[in-house]
Amino acid sequence: METFSGYRRADGRIGVRNRVAVLPTSVAASAVADRIAADGGPRVTATPHQMGTEQPEPARRRTERVLAGIGRNPNVGGALVVELGTEAAGASAIADEIAAGDTPVETLSIRDAGGTRAAIDRGREAVDALLEEAARARLESADASELVFGVECGGSDATSGIAANPAVGNACDRLVEAGGTSCFSETPEFIGAEHVLAERCVDESVRERLLECVDRRESVADLMGVDLRGTQPTPGNQEGGLTTIEEKSLGAIAKGGTTPIRDVVDYADPLPVGGGLVVMDTPGYDVESVVGKVAGGAQVIAFTTGRGSTTGNPIAPVIKVTGNPQTSDRMATNMDVDASTVLDGESVEAVGERVYETLLSVADGTRTEAERRGMAEFAINELQPRELASLGDPT
Amino acid sequence: MKGVVLDDAAVLLADGDTVATAITDLEAGRTIETEDLPDDRTVLEVAEPIAFGHKLAVTAIDAGEPIAKYGEVIGSATERIEPGEWVHTHNCESNRGRGDLAEGSA
Repeated sequence: METFSGYRRADGRIGVRNRVAVLPTSVAASAVADRIAADGGPRVTATPHQMGTEQPEPARRRTERVLAGIGRNPNVGGALVVELGTEAAGASAIADEIAAGDTPVETLSIRDAGGTRAAIDRGREAVDALLEEAARARLESADASELVFGVECGGSDATSGIAANPAVGNACDRLVEAGGTSCFSETPEFIGAEHVLAERCVDESVRERLLECVDRRESVADLMGVDLRGTQPTPGNQEGGLTTIEEKSLGAIAKGGTTPIRDVVDYADPLPVGGGLVVMDTPGYDVESVVGKVAGGAQVIAFTTGRGSTTGNPIAPVIKVTGNPQTSDRMATNMDVDASTVLDGESVEAVGERVYETLLSVADGTRTEAERRGMAEFAINELQPRELASLGDPT
Repeated sequence: MKGVVLDDAAVLLADGDTVATAITDLEAGRTIETEDLPDDRTVLEVAEPIAFGHKLAVTAIDAGEPIAKYGEVIGSATERIEPGEWVHTHNCESNRGRGDLAEGSA
């Protein structure tokens, strides 16, 4: 049986890290959250972001859902929610949702504390207390079937679809076989490949939801009268040999593996444990997409990159996999798995086994290159005006 | 990897594909010799420099015809493409996300 040591949480889920998260509810509290976390050591991480203090109702709900989801991620042993005090998305509402999952949580209002200096002092005290509580978490043996594994690609080139994505897909297949959950996303990168995915959906309802998500993303281009080619594939993708969105998509979907698609969930919605392969409807912007899956409960992320993306995440370790031999060589200190050997004849299955072994090792505590280098990017996907309009009356 | 490596130069990912992906920088004039080419062809001459990861046509493709990779359509040819020529944004365009072609658009 494939096992690792993790932190058992009150709700039964297992964390692969035991972090204290400092969560600002808006851009107005982000610098203070950063300062509070800065002196806390590697176990304390902040999630600064750009959301304003006022957002339209559905956008505000999404911000709250993301932050509450991050706080409830099993890698979090304690959370401090920081507000300026004028936000529509208040700290107490988010803290209540986090506490509902039995995660220790505190709130801090910069205005109530009497300004930023006092807030930083109080925040550090709260973090110290949360670290003590988190330290009581039991480290115990857990099974691979308890892992929720999010997969992502960014900075794609032609090697992504040939080497790195199929190898990560093979690791997804192995985890699903072991009884766990694998989640892939980035709906704009299903355009041109959705017919392949649709055939793999377990039933008509999942199939319809998947195709709806793709239609919605593509119709944004129609609505605006623009041509997706201006942005997809990106100039970097094109330099790397990718010509059309169809080509990029057909390579991108390989990272989800080959098992049936069991469910389609909304951005940052909870991912099931032991759920097989699940699709999340996320944007193509990789940092926001990773955050959506971590808010959904993914404990570990694998991120394929041909051109050499270096991004990580504050809460979940990010395993970097490249299929490009030059990137593997030149950016070795940012890459965890070299999948470029596929181009020399190593089988996708053999590289997939290496990715899977890395997943279990990272779950067991081995730090990824992104963790070692302190890479901890965070961004929330904000609902845009046209998306808000397409949702209709928010009530 | 899935697919067939053509003379250490490029990979043909699926039967019926009309393009192969270079797995090394290819110089103009290089010949790719293999039985695995379509149309009973055994030699393909690289017509122009093709960078690692970029695509070359393994068969003639007429303007407007679909271009296939991974056994799927990745776009359409905007001009006739001869075997051995580079296939990229200058001669292959997407059929999807084309709001510019949507009815009623300027």
